[in-house]
Amino acid sequence: MADSNHIIIESGDAVQPFTYSIGMHGSKFFTEIRDNRRFMGIRCPKCKKVYIPPRGVCGDCFVEMNDWVEVGPGGVIGTFTILRFAFIDPETGHQKPVPYGYGFIRLDGADTLFQHYISVEDEKKIRIGARVEPVFSMNPKGSIRDIEFFRVID
Amino acid sequence: MDRAAIVGVGTVKIEKRKVRETFADMAWQAVNGALEDAGMTIDDIDNVVTTSSDFWDGRTISCMAVGDASGAAHKNVSCVEGDGTYGAFYGMARCLSGSYKTTLVTGHSKGSESVSSLITNCAFDPIYERMLGMDMITACAMQANAYLHRTKTTREQTAMVSVKNHGNALKNPHAQLPMDITVKDVLDSEMIADPLRKLDCSPVSDGCAAVVIAHESVAKKFRKKPVWIRGVSLCADSFFFGDRDLSRARSLTEAAKKAFAMAGIKDPRTEIDVAEIHDAFTYQELMWLEEMGLADESSAGRHLEKGEYNIDGRLPVNPSGGLLSGHPVIAAGLYSMAAVVRQIRGEAGGFQVKKARTGLVHGVNGLGGQSHCVWLLGDR
Repeated sequence: MADSNHIIIESGDAVQPFTYSIGMHGSKFFTEIRDNRRFMGIRCPKCKKVYIPPRGVCGDCFVEMNDWVEVGPGGVIGTFTILRFAFIDPETGHQKPVPYGYGFIRLDGADTLFQHYISVEDEKKIRIGARVEPVFSMNPKGSIRDIEFFRVID
Repeated sequence: MDRAAIVGVGTVKIEKRKVRETFADMAWQAVNGALEDAGMTIDDIDNVVTTSSDFWDGRTISCMAVGDASGAAHKNVSCVEGDGTYGAFYGMARCLSGSYKTTLVTGHSKGSESVSSLITNCAFDPIYERMLGMDMITACAMQANAYLHRTKTTREQTAMVSVKNHGNALKNPHAQLPMDITVKDVLDSEMIADPLRKLDCSPVSDGCAAVVIAHESVAKKFRKKPVWIRGVSLCADSFFFGDRDLSRARSLTEAAKKAFAMAGIKDPRTEIDVAEIHDAFTYQELMWLEEMGLADESSAGRHLEKGEYNIDGRLPVNPSGGLLSGHPVIAAGLYSMAAVVRQIRGEAGGFQVKKARTGLVHGVNGLGGQSHCVWLLGDR
């Protein structure tokens, strides 16, 4: 443990800012959410699996995907957790307010799970298999935060 | 195919915070431990593979910081990012390539120097996932719920993994968290993210481990009887967490099958004498056992209850105390490997299991077991 003989140096407040290109698939995905409140997945021509988020390649088949399909907006909880411990939010640098719901959601028509927040308004309703719907932001900007959270509608 | 063996192992005590030692200081201790164990000098080492993560170390080209202390000067040194067992895989391949006879493999990390949740948050995709703030613990909590839901494994059963492994650590002088605890202590510990409580989670740790791998043509020249690599396989699953059935580990099932076949093991449930597997969270020990085929589906919890995974049980699992008792990421798999090597040599001291002739080592990298490396080590 720290003691008087051993010095510790802090890295300070410097950050490493990046400008991520989100590519043609991400751009279409977020444009559809922002402008039309629609979730767009992409289907593998070989195994027919519908992926969300959309991307260019089916890893299982190693083939290119170009077949866009609308999925959701409703779905079911694939799995979830409720965070009780106030970790630091990477977005703000401050502790997150807890409790806090996270889930992997199987949007109707999709074969993969989509990660987002789940409202913990009524914790007892949160279970694997529960039906959920998204609540969209009133001020969409073209990011994953254009969906505020999913809420259980069972 | 040519064979390779592990001829030396060195580990430093796992601690919550090593304020005295830099990365290089830890490497110096672990490397000299392994050389001493093998009865070697650094001149006997043909090449070096270090294993580290630039994110955890807070610097790019993090391997170079430990090069001098790992005896890499003027040698071929290469870095692997991932679990230490992945570095060992590469080290073994170098020995089998014909280019080198001996490879020194190290793995290090210090969880104490950064904010772990921010580091593991960066493993998520920056476009779709990262800004939601998920980290390793929340990801694994969701995996735990999916696994418990599918298998009906109980919280009491997962808690027993913590009781067993912290108890085993009482006999391991290099463990960070030896503890005599009860199932109730685990179930009463602070809830972090449902269903994971504090004592379901491995701690933040600092540590470094080293192993020396040798080609069969030289493996018997050194101080200790070689521990042979009988089988090994490394398999990876999809990048996006949501693409996987989170209650399953398809890549582990595949890796185990391939490693058993390579080792000529037909019935892994009776032919393996000891296993050190990746128990970063309690449920994982049970889930990985099932996914490796070492227990029937949904049955590992019941076998655990019967004491079958205890040090004196049918299949001792994590007799060293496992990662629950000290988890320096990256180095973790090399600690597991060193523990199994010591078991097979009969040098495991207080946590020695009876008749350990064949041992299994399991290393993991990525969120909730994105990729898995399975080793079968033996005295023959």
